[in-house]
Amino acid sequence: MATYQLNVNGQTKKVDADPSTPLLWVLREELKMTGTKYGCGISACGACTVHLNGVATRSCIVPVSLIGNQKITTIEGVGADPVGRAVQNAWVEKDVVQCGYCQSGQIMSAVALLKATTKPTDTNIEESMGGNLCRCATYVRIREAIKRAAEQLT
Amino acid sequence: MQAIKPKNDRINRRSFLRVSSVAAGGLFISLYLDLPAIAHETTQEPPPKVYPPDAFVHVRSDGKILITVNRLEFGQGVQTSLPMILADEMDADWSQVVSELAQAAEVYKDPVFGFQMVGGSGSIAHSFTQYRELGAKTRAMLIAAAAERWKVSPDQCRTENSVVYGPAGKSTRYAELAERAARQPVPGKVSLKSPSEFRLIGKKVPRLDSVAKCDGSQKFGLDLDLPGMKIAVVAHPLVFGGRVKSFDDKEARRLDGVKDIFEIPLVNGSGVAVVADRFWTAKQARDLLKIDWDLSGLERVDTSELWTKYKELARTPGNVAVARGDDKAMSRIPVARRIVAEYEFPYLAHTPMEPLNATVRFEGSKAEAWVPSQFQTMDQMTVAQVLGLKPDQVTFHTEFAGGGFGRRAVIDSHVPREAATIAKRLRGTPVKLVWTREDDVRGGYYRPMHAHRVEIGIGADGLPGAWRHVIVGQSILAGTPFAVMMIKNGVDQTTVEGVSDTNYNIPNFHLSAHNPTVNVPVLWWRSVGNTHTAFVMETVIDELATRARMDPIAYRRKLLKPEAKKLLAALDLLDQQSGWRNSLLKGHAAGISCHECFGTAVACAVDVSIENNRPKIHRATVAVNCGLAVNPLTIESQFQGGIGFGVTQLMAGGAITFKDGRVQQRNFDGYTPPYIVDAPVTVDVHIVSSTEAPTGCGEPPVPVISPAVVNALARLTGKRYRSLPLASV
Ligand code: FES
Ligand code: FES
Repeated sequence: MATYQLNVNGQTKKVDADPSTPLLWVLREELKMTGTKYGCGISACGACTVHLNGVATRSCIVPVSLIGNQKITTIEGVGADPVGRAVQNAWVEKDVVQCGYCQSGQIMSAVALLKATTKPTDTNIEESMGGNLCRCATYVRIREAIKRAAEQLT
Repeated sequence: MQAIKPKNDRINRRSFLRVSSVAAGGLFISLYLDLPAIAHETTQEPPPKVYPPDAFVHVRSDGKILITVNRLEFGQGVQTSLPMILADEMDADWSQVVSELAQAAEVYKDPVFGFQMVGGSGSIAHSFTQYRELGAKTRAMLIAAAAERWKVSPDQCRTENSVVYGPAGKSTRYAELAERAARQPVPGKVSLKSPSEFRLIGKKVPRLDSVAKCDGSQKFGLDLDLPGMKIAVVAHPLVFGGRVKSFDDKEARRLDGVKDIFEIPLVNGSGVAVVADRFWTAKQARDLLKIDWDLSGLERVDTSELWTKYKELARTPGNVAVARGDDKAMSRIPVARRIVAEYEFPYLAHTPMEPLNATVRFEGSKAEAWVPSQFQTMDQMTVAQVLGLKPDQVTFHTEFAGGGFGRRAVIDSHVPREAATIAKRLRGTPVKLVWTREDDVRGGYYRPMHAHRVEIGIGADGLPGAWRHVIVGQSILAGTPFAVMMIKNGVDQTTVEGVSDTNYNIPNFHLSAHNPTVNVPVLWWRSVGNTHTAFVMETVIDELATRARMDPIAYRRKLLKPEAKKLLAALDLLDQQSGWRNSLLKGHAAGISCHECFGTAVACAVDVSIENNRPKIHRATVAVNCGLAVNPLTIESQFQGGIGFGVTQLMAGGAITFKDGRVQQRNFDGYTPPYIVDAPVTVDVHIVSSTEAPTGCGEPPVPVISPAVVNALARLTGKRYRSLPLASV
């Protein structure tokens, strides 16, 4: 066990955890922030996507000991950012979700995409969203919602 | 002495409403349905009816209308569409409607199946009238309350948007009438709206759960957190049925936070449960266990050996499912006009996004369970049985589920069973059992592997003159309570559905099946038998159309029975809406398929090219005939998603395989469902306008996509694709 100070959604949180514990489980079980999801644990589905200093990252494979003072943004906090807000709004407008389980991760990846590329093409979308699995296959509406959010942001 | 009581007095009284006024000053209504199953009980007195703790409608004093959904919400959208139906008949203000998922209770059983469940694409199909009547009865009681208050006749009142209007400009909000309405007699019969009066039904109504699913606040079963809760994982045998001979947990127990490690019985064999404060600890501790397994006497499945066996079986007739027409017809067709096609379909895992889980707290004389369950009645019974309780002593909460696709509808309830077994030992402590993704991928309950062999004699007119079809695959239902109904002449009907009931007019038709026993647990996978049968039918028919040099839609129209009106209408609509087929880009081809299942007819056209030796699906156009379209927005999303889900079958990594009894895949790195790049870029959905009773939309999209794609590939490469998964094209 060790103690870590984490910067989560702009707040400092103190947690005790085994150094090997993935950030995902620290968020979910120590901080009770369950919006970030477990889907595979091996970086193959994207359900656990958060931002570390703005970079979309699979929290299931990053041990808490490696986080340091990087800024963590999760689905619970991403709405505070204008791009995050626009993406969430577009998701609701396009009625994207089905079961919804993958959508925190989808939204986090989409926000990272739109921060890097203001007018994403289908190819950009396939590249950035390529590792986010949706078993309900909401992919068609995800594409539409990303384009809609891009429109709203310009 | 016990007497067999005639049940007529009970079953004739099929339904009634129960009303209770609650402290909050609301109106509760519940529809109670007798179970056909209880007609067989022998008892002195009928047991007292178990009334649910809550009901279907709650008009709250703050104006909110809480509607209870008798289903699991796992993406299909019933948490919105069932309340829409009720609210429409009730004339409720939709902006004030909230909904919740029902606990397990008698009153929430599926009106057709007789137990509480989601499956068979039946949520809307089976509860449409039920929810309309509930809405209409609630409305009638609100009107009666207003009429009583104003001392006028109910005929003088009308309703709109949660308000009752009376003569002389009188009006009252539903919320103010709730208490008085609760005391009104429940009307026996109510008249329902005519379709022209619908305000919600038939409209594109957005989902009620969107916002919570976009800001991380929606709680799923796996997100449950209870005071004092522990997390459990189970080490399962690597060969199905394996038993723990002995285990060494010294290292595992050294981890901080490990609470207990012990052997538990499984449905088949045994395993080792690890209980800890946290998931990560439990998982690490499990990895440190040294388990000596007893695998003696167990069949060690090997996929390639199984294929050999299945293909041999497919060359011999099995138990007869359908024998129609002249058995000698084939012999009269010249050999040059006969084709033989052999097909392979692998085991498929469902892999819903939210890994399987169940939480149970046992408190001696009662228990509580929280399960994202498609089979609440069965799961509740199982938890009760493990804990030595009666089902009604187990409060069973239906948790939101991250997908399911059939995987949470398990007749042996093995996940809640494991959770209850562990919780029993930890009496008083809530235990959340988590199946890791590896447990899920390797844990069995797959869509069964199948081999098909079809021999077709083509008539001079290019249509099939004789058809002999053998299907080989494990029975899903053998040994379950469904066997009585669903296994006929030794044939599991779910093995042959989609061929046995084909809409094509094939006069001389022989279909038989082998249901071998294999040491792999199998289960229904979104659209069940249609996953493979539609693939075979729609690719063979396409091949016949090509040989006859006919347009694939025209050929299908010609071969369909005139009674297949739903499917014919879907094909017509598809034809109208897929004009793009005439202006395809170079290197692209169109593929067609159509299929009817669960009462819904679907026709599909895809635009496909080949990129990196894989099919690239640029577009799918679907025409759907599902009767009255309750919520076209949900239907569209079910079709877009179901089409994408169906692509699982085509993925290069879309197969579960075995070597020495062990599953060779372990996670999404080996078993790969479709990602965004694999799914169609666009899916446009067109709905046949209809006023017929609504039919389901969860499963019918799935079967059509893979045959349509390989039919397009056949046009590009000249090859026919009969083995799935689809290796490099
Ligand atoms: S849970 Fe992290 S990528 Fe799947
Ligand atoms: S919405 Fe269900 S997994 Fe994406």
